[in-house]
Amino acid sequence: MRIAAFFLVAASLGSAKDSCVECHSVLEGVLAAPTARFKDDVHKRRGFSCADCHGGDRNLDDPKASMSSARGFRGKIQRTATAKLCASCHSDTAVIHRFKPQQRVDQYAQYLTSTHGKRMAAGDTNTANCTDCHSVHDIREVRDAQSPVHPLRLPETCSKCHSDAERMKKYSHPTTQFEEYRRSVHWEALAKRGDVSAPGCASCHGSHGATPPQVTSVAAVCGTCHVLFENLYDQSPHKPVFTAMGTAGCVACHGNHEVTKPSPAMLAGSESICGRCHETDSAGGKLAVEMGARIRSLEQALGGSDEVLNQARRAGMEVSEALVRQVEGRENLVKARVAVHAFELAAVEKPIKEGLAIAAETHRAGQAALKERDFRRTGLGLALIAILVTIIGLWLAIRSIERRPEPEASASGR
Amino acid sequence: MAKIETDRVGQAGWLEERLGLDSVRKLLAHKTVPRHSGTAWYYFGGITLFLFLIQVGTGILLLLYYRPSPAEAYESVQFIVTRVEFGWLIRSVHSWSANLMILAAFIHMFSVAFLRSYRRPREVTWLSGVALLGLALAFGFSGYLLPWNTISYFATKVGTDMAAAVPLIGPPLARFLRGGEEVGGATLTRFFGFHVAVLPAITTLVLAIHLVLVQRFGISSPRSVEKKYQAVGRPVPQMPFFPNFFLRELMAWYAALAVLGILAAIFPWDLGDKADPFAPAPAGIKPEWYFLAPFYTLKLIPSHVWFMEGELLGLVGFGLLGAWWVMLPFWSNDRNGSERTLLVTGTGVLLIAYLSTFSVLGYWK
Repeated sequence: MRIAAFFLVAASLGSAKDSCVECHSVLEGVLAAPTARFKDDVHKRRGFSCADCHGGDRNLDDPKASMSSARGFRGKIQRTATAKLCASCHSDTAVIHRFKPQQRVDQYAQYLTSTHGKRMAAGDTNTANCTDCHSVHDIREVRDAQSPVHPLRLPETCSKCHSDAERMKKYSHPTTQFEEYRRSVHWEALAKRGDVSAPGCASCHGSHGATPPQVTSVAAVCGTCHVLFENLYDQSPHKPVFTAMGTAGCVACHGNHEVTKPSPAMLAGSESICGRCHETDSAGGKLAVEMGARIRSLEQALGGSDEVLNQARRAGMEVSEALVRQVEGRENLVKARVAVHAFELAAVEKPIKEGLAIAAETHRAGQAALKERDFRRTGLGLALIAILVTIIGLWLAIRSIERRPEPEASASGR
Repeated sequence: MAKIETDRVGQAGWLEERLGLDSVRKLLAHKTVPRHSGTAWYYFGGITLFLFLIQVGTGILLLLYYRPSPAEAYESVQFIVTRVEFGWLIRSVHSWSANLMILAAFIHMFSVAFLRSYRRPREVTWLSGVALLGLALAFGFSGYLLPWNTISYFATKVGTDMAAAVPLIGPPLARFLRGGEEVGGATLTRFFGFHVAVLPAITTLVLAIHLVLVQRFGISSPRSVEKKYQAVGRPVPQMPFFPNFFLRELMAWYAALAVLGILAAIFPWDLGDKADPFAPAPAGIKPEWYFLAPFYTLKLIPSHVWFMEGELLGLVGFGLLGAWWVMLPFWSNDRNGSERTLLVTGTGVLLIAYLSTFSVLGYWK
């Protein structure tokens, strides 16, 4: 099979004639559409043709002969056969590595283990195969921004099926994930800031091997990016409790698809998440209130410094060193937020103390800059008065000179 | 009392014998300046000189702390503006006076053109003046890189790329300017050398020639003023250079100093962020205002026009336009000696309109 595929590829790359495109491009409707789309397809650019998937002989002009079963013509590919057909090349290193030496070839193997693959193997053609995600006849490389599986477009591509209530009905599957995800910090990073490293659907669920994470593995999924949080959570008193309760670790407080920006309000106050389990006057409730208050105090201190420094900066004062220190202060704020996941006040207090010291220092620097601005403006005012007096003096001197009777003014006018 | 007076006369005599001050006194006593409605334009040459002297003074002070290497340049300027006593003022005055000097030089050049002061025998005075403006622009371009911040780094990259587009000499010229293939440490060292040694030496020489020629041929009266007084049979009224014009010029210098002080104190020159050669060029990189018009023009020209590269076409256009303007004294009159008034005024007006419009568009777009 591999050798046959190799020779098929080699033969087709060496041939320039393509009777499939020649005929279908002058037809109408669905018979012509693939040829128009195929011009943008990565396979086309690599020298592949219709016949490489659909079979037949592209070198023959006679449609009957070129699309005969004797020439291996397969016609329209059945949905249950698509993945296997793609795999005939994409699982073959001998073929794929000719074009991309680093390209992986385990997609089909993964697909077979995925929920999509298993259902498709069971004959459920309602589930996704390769072309549902990668498109068909206009397949682009993943890094191509127009590809439906480009990181920036992938969530929308998944949502085409997963937000379709009709399609999901028979699986009793929720269809609100994409809407929830669009309210999350992950979506904001991905779609609004264009950060392609921000998590999309595949980052947590996998792509070809797409499977929903189980309750026990959620922390591990989040921990692939949020390593420090996972480490602290693993050693915290919450882990055994949540595990015993059958509650997914991170999801219990942060949700899954709709992960919103964390704030001290999650720890204390009317919207407290801790308060859902811990009474306010319990040890856990008090700890949450304390941690929230500490974090809020550092946020306010850094915000106050920002205000003073920006005021000085707008006045043209050089405060870049203080602004760099502010970044260090914010790092302490991040550390404190991370330390919350140890659920110990001492762990939060250390970065808070360091951050507050920095905020005090930068606030002083900002105030000094504003003082210096006032000093400069006072100096400028005095200098301008001195200049004005001098100009008036000069003007009076000129008037006095020119009122005197002129000696013998030269009028040579060169 | 008589003894003191004798000593004073004795000291003056001693100086007179050694310095020949009497000739200077006589020169000042006889030097005059035409007095008419456009006399105020004569101040701009002196204002340009005054700002140049401020540049020299503040530049020398900055040299005491500035270190010309990629590792230290930005930090040394940061040290000057944050730690050195009144360093912020010196740096800000240096940057603002550089810009005001170029503005004053442009005003001086156009006023000379519109008053027709370049006429025979002042053609070389005009040429030396245009050379001084070119040197001022070179000072601006070389000095812009010295703080080694992001904007200056990428503006220098764009500027030297433009130089590289000149046919034949472009690539070696760009290599010479950069001290290599890319803008880097070697470029900074070179630009520093140009800015504090090569350009000041050439400028001193050309400035001396310019001032000697101004002194030699005096200050010109516009032809219209000359005709007006010739019609009534009187010479153009003159005012003594010293003290009348000198004191007026001094007033203008003080006014320039006040403007400089206001700009330096209220709008201190921004230091920006340290240059990172490995970072992508930030969006909206622009050169200094005096290079905005050609910069924006090059942006508008398509990458290929007929058989030429767009950038090359633009540079050829600027070269021809510059040469046409520099040669103004030699084409301003026809073969009969009559002035091509419409052509001269039209060229001047169009040039001002082009420079101002494209500079504004280049700034906003």
